[in-house]
This record gives sequence, structure tokens and C-alpha cells, in this order.
Amino acid sequence: MTRKRRRLYAVSAGMFLLAAAAALVLNAFRDSLVFFYGPSEALAKSLGPDQRFRLGGLVERGSLGKDGVTVTFNVTDGAAAVPVRFAGILPDLFREGQGVVAEGRMLNGTFEARNVLAKHDETYMPPEVVEALKKSGQWQSEKKP
Amino acid sequence: MTGSLHRFANPARFQRLSQAALPWCTGGTIVAFAVGLYLSLIGSPPDYQQSETVRIMYVHVPAAWMALGAYTTMALASAIALIWRHRLADLIAQSSAPIGAGFTVIALATGMLWGQPMWGTFWVWDARLTSVLVLLFLYLGYIALINAFEDPERGARAGAILALVGWINVPIVKFSVDWWNTLHQPASISRFAKPALHPSIMTPLLVMAIAYMLLFATLLLLRVRTATIEHRLRTLAMARARG
Repeated sequence: MTRKRRRLYAVSAGMFLLAAAAALVLNAFRDSLVFFYGPSEALAKSLGPDQRFRLGGLVERGSLGKDGVTVTFNVTDGAAAVPVRFAGILPDLFREGQGVVAEGRMLNGTFEARNVLAKHDETYMPPEVVEALKKSGQWQSEKKP
Repeated sequence: MTGSLHRFANPARFQRLSQAALPWCTGGTIVAFAVGLYLSLIGSPPDYQQSETVRIMYVHVPAAWMALGAYTTMALASAIALIWRHRLADLIAQSSAPIGAGFTVIALATGMLWGQPMWGTFWVWDARLTSVLVLLFLYLGYIALINAFEDPERGARAGAILALVGWINVPIVKFSVDWWNTLHQPASISRFAKPALHPSIMTPLLVMAIAYMLLFATLLLLRVRTATIEHRLRTLAMARARG
């Protein structure tokens, strides 16, 4: 075995072990690497009012209500929905059916948000194309966030 | 196969080939950027949700691709340098680092400017944004490390190991949006799915991607040529000093 071949094997083995270690570490920290919980996850964890977390999902259609500066809406993932209350400035992209990530805590079954961020999907299209798709009934906007 | 590749490891041959390739790369970069910027800023429609803000994508996405591409180039060259001890591979790895760091800074800066109007925040610590920041620190750490040794050979060796170890971060950046919940949306262009981009938005993006690739090639050739000449000067000065 030449020195070059030995170095080739050493580097390959090193990279393989490193990749395995990284995969194990990332898998172990899986739960803390997520940026938000979906409504089903959040409800299943039954987090208390002293635990701040982020809630992500779609703004349920027809659930948006306004009371002065306070807005209320439901965040849904299709399976479960969590009511959210928020007093503050909403991002431009915020609307019903749109993805959203709210930061706050659960209080008496309602998510009290301190901060609301918009989450958009990976679809980019000119407005005319969307109009045409909607007209022909091929438009699906209810995507998983 | 390896035999034919090893011919290119000869620095004199590299200087000749790169001299011939450089004007083509430079010209190609200028043409591709002219066409790409026209298409992305003027000749393409606004997005149905983000309207004109979508134009940031044409600068942001290719920069992020090339930030990963430059790091992969650096890691591959480092592996070749470690295994086969080609001086030219070391020079390629070391020359890629500042260019890749530049692409990473562009991706981070334009991403922040895009995040503020669309998401409502400049920065969040989600898996994608954090792993790209780690990528920038890996570039900066690599540059600091290779310059921290008095003997450039030892600096190159240590840097090559860091570049290889840090490459683990590249798939993490790429797949972070699929593996974990993130605020950043998943990739619009994937090899396995129909792209979520309308052709009128896809075309400018691809032209800009080619422009960034050519820019990387041009800057890399220039830097490697300079580094090769510097290396030769240093060797000559050492030989003269010895006697």
C-alpha cells in the first residue's frame, strides 16, 4: 500500500466517521432544532403559561377577527387549530390561508402572541398566471406550511 | 483517469491554460450579468404575493448556491492536497475561501433585507439562517488558520483538515429546510420535483446562477494565478537566501 493510498483511506474513513457523528448529534437534538411547533404538536405537549415557544401553521380561513388593535385568528395544520391573540403590527404578507409563525405562550387555551412573523412558501408566479389558474380551478393555495 | 487529471497539477501548465481561459471567463461573466440583471430587474414579472420584492431572490439565491459551491470546491481541493500533496490544490483551496466568504456575506445581507419586509424580521435563529452563519464563520476561521502559521506548508495542512471537517455543514445548510421546521421556505428548485417557479421567474434566476458561477471561475483563476506566482517568488527567494 503506497503512502498516497493510505492517506486516501485515512481521509475517507475520517470523513465517514465525522458524518456519522454529525448525524447522531443532529438526530439527538432533533426536538430543539425545530423553529416552531405545529398546532397538533403544541396541543400534544400541553405547554404551560410559563413556557414560551413558537407556533407555526396556516391562518385558518374565516377565523380572522379584529378588536381595536388586538387581532384574533386560528392557526391550523389541517388536523388541529389553536386560537391566537395578538396586539401589534402584522407583517405585510399576513392574511387568511397564509403561513405564519407566532411567538408567545399558552394562556387558558389561547396562544398569547408577542410577535407574529409571516412564512411564505417556495412558489413564485406572476399575478396573471395565478388569476388564470384560479379561473380554471387548478389553483391550490392550501398548502402545508 | 487519475493519470490524466494529475497532468493539470503541473503549475506551469496551469498558468498556460488559465491564461487562455481567463478572457473567456471574464467576458462571459460580464455578458451573463448584463443579461441576468436586465431580466431579473426589468424583464420579469412581479410575484403574485411578494410583488416587486421577489427581485431580491435573483441576487440572493445564486449567492447562497455559490457560497455552498465555493466551500465544496475548497473541501475537494483540500482533500486532493492532503492525499496527493499537490501544491496547486492547496492554492485553489486557499484562493476559494475569501470568494466563498464574499458570496456568503451577500447571501446573508440580501436575505436580511428580504426577511424584513416579507417575514417581518431581519433575523431569526432557525436552522437555515444559523447554519449559513456557521458557514461564514467556517470560512473566516479557515482564512485565519492558514495565516496563523509561520510555515505556509503547515498552515495549508491545518487549513485543509478544517475545510474537510467543516464540509459537514454544507449538507446541513442544504437540507435544513427539509429536516426541520424553519421560517425559511424550502427550495423552489429541486432535482426530484417539478419546480415551484414559473418559467418567467425561473429563466432570470438560472441566467443569474450562470453569471455567479462564471464570476467565481474568473475570480478563482485570477487568485490562483497570483498565488502561483507568489509561491514561485517565495521559493526563488528562499533558494537565493540559502546560497
